[in-house]
Amino acid sequence: MPKEMMYGEAMAVAIAEEMQRDANVVFYGQNMAMTERDPMLKMFGKSRVRIAPISETAEIGIAVGAAVTGLRPIVELWMSEFMLVAMDQVLNEAPRLRYMSGGQVKVPLVLKAGYGFAAGWAGQHFNCLYHTMMGIPGLKVALPSTPADAKGLMAAAIRDDNPVVYLHHYMLTLDTGEVPEGEYVVPFGVADIKRAGSDVTIVATGWMVKKSLAAAEQLEREGISAEVIDPRTLAPLDVDTIIKSVKKTGRLVLVDQAPRHSSAAAVIAAEVAEKGFEHLRAPIVMVTALDAPVPYSEPLESYLLPNEDKIAGAVRTVVTERVRASA
Amino acid sequence: MPNNNVLGKDRLIWIYIQMTRIREFEEHVKRTFLEHPGAMRGHTHLADGAEASIVGVLATRNAEDLAMPSYRCHAQPIVLGTSPKKMMAELYGRKDGLCKGFGGSMHLADPEHYFPGTSAIVAQSIAHAAGAALTAQVKNTGQIVYCFFGDGASKQGAFFETLNLAAVWKLPIVFILENNEYQAYTHVSLEDANAQAGDPLSQKAAAFSIPGATVDGTDPLLVYEEVAKAAERARAGLGPSLIESKFYRLSAHGNAITVPPVPTQFPEHEAIGVYGNKAEYREAKERDPIPRFRARLLSQGLLTESELQRFDESARAEMDDAVQFALASPHPAPEEATNYVYA
Repeated sequence: MPKEMMYGEAMAVAIAEEMQRDANVVFYGQNMAMTERDPMLKMFGKSRVRIAPISETAEIGIAVGAAVTGLRPIVELWMSEFMLVAMDQVLNEAPRLRYMSGGQVKVPLVLKAGYGFAAGWAGQHFNCLYHTMMGIPGLKVALPSTPADAKGLMAAAIRDDNPVVYLHHYMLTLDTGEVPEGEYVVPFGVADIKRAGSDVTIVATGWMVKKSLAAAEQLEREGISAEVIDPRTLAPLDVDTIIKSVKKTGRLVLVDQAPRHSSAAAVIAAEVAEKGFEHLRAPIVMVTALDAPVPYSEPLESYLLPNEDKIAGAVRTVVTERVRASA
Repeated sequence: MPNNNVLGKDRLIWIYIQMTRIREFEEHVKRTFLEHPGAMRGHTHLADGAEASIVGVLATRNAEDLAMPSYRCHAQPIVLGTSPKKMMAELYGRKDGLCKGFGGSMHLADPEHYFPGTSAIVAQSIAHAAGAALTAQVKNTGQIVYCFFGDGASKQGAFFETLNLAAVWKLPIVFILENNEYQAYTHVSLEDANAQAGDPLSQKAAAFSIPGATVDGTDPLLVYEEVAKAAERARAGLGPSLIESKFYRLSAHGNAITVPPVPTQFPEHEAIGVYGNKAEYREAKERDPIPRFRARLLSQGLLTESELQRFDESARAEMDDAVQFALASPHPAPEEATNYVYA
């Protein structure tokens, strides 16, 4: 039976259910479980649910060592930018140890962090760092865009035997949606077609899925049928589902909150250009943030980010492109 | 000098044997650069000079306790029971290597022998060792973790963050700060505030309100006595301690960093090669822990010269075999390169 639930709540439910299922799962981070009233602390005790100081290198490094020796740690990092002070552990330790050991060890851990704030947090609290992470062999990256995916991807992340960066978008925290009750696992590397369409393929992640769906509604009224695909995990990346869709629509618009050259869109564009060129009837278009840090003032912030109108505009451009002459 | 009665004769012999096995392994590694040029790639770091300290630490170990060093990681697995053949084959990048040729000198791992692995980035493995201690604590296994790192690592954020958190969580871990006087090529007096002030580096423990002690790391029995207290504290659930073990690294930081086709080998020690201080190095050689411990066993009548020679020859033969094994092992098949990326 599905249950109406908020995105933020769905993640918490998944963590609690997985901790119930597997005694090796531990959960810690800064400013959590501070009093005995904390529900997770009540449920699982202070050995498995812990407070940590502001020490990301130690928090993540300890998770790596704990994972290698048999626990499944979840580190609550709150904001993805806080990982930047511990990037060696994220990019150069967690994803390397299995490989360097010749497959003798595994590193099952989850780095849970919010990203992509759009409420005036500006500059240093306002980044999309997944491009840096998705290209690191050994690391997996999940970006849920709905409450159901928030639960299912968290369950999958905890059960995965590899390090997973789980990035949830702040602006989706209060969104509600139907979430399956009980065991619900969304497999990694399986894109979800959030909306079927025939004229153009839009690929988006996180908050941008919501914006793309809104743009698709707007376009529908103009007689343009847009298919919206959410890869859900960037590593592994389900290129096949995207190419299959492009084969049908012949057009691709990539929506990404990151700046152009540090976007997942750039990677997807390259994959489709190489593997699906013959299906394209118009050039691929990327709708990304403009190449600037994110400013504080609201009009400046809005100007920089992709939005419904920018997405719809890009779609109109590609559908009106002259059909390429067949060779 | 501590009383030899702290440890029985068998244990003292065990210590001597492990010290000589480490030294022989490292000597064979060093000679490989001359005798089999090209057999070893990348960067290699040796533990000669550290034998008394490492074996003294591990003499306090219970059967399932873990050892987690940095990239200077040849000595601990030798003591824990890892096959030197597999280790040497790993250094030679061979299929039969401990890590199938994927890791090399700086990335040895042998979880079956309570050696979960290492990191080649200075100080980062300190956090990993605390993570292993967290596993022991959460699962209540009774294990403790011995975390080895150099004086250079004690200036990294990972050191400060991890010691604080290990103290807060009372993790079952002993931090062994190996002060071998050089942070890579830089003398400790140039980069450590405690050293510059003439204070022991173990003073850093006070910042975390945990016990700190400095010990002569060239004497395995002194190391044993000090670490035994820290190990007992960790086992009792009272949390970590920081032991500064002072000794002198007898080889250079690592083999020379060269660009192919220029061959690499171990250069002169930094004391001579960088600072031109021959006297310092000569004095350090005089304090070499192995001949000193050997002389002590002999003078106290615990072993005869011929018995000692037998142990020395046995260690040499074991490492000769390791080199032969490594040379005979094939390289891995190239297409294996994409294995083990994901579990």
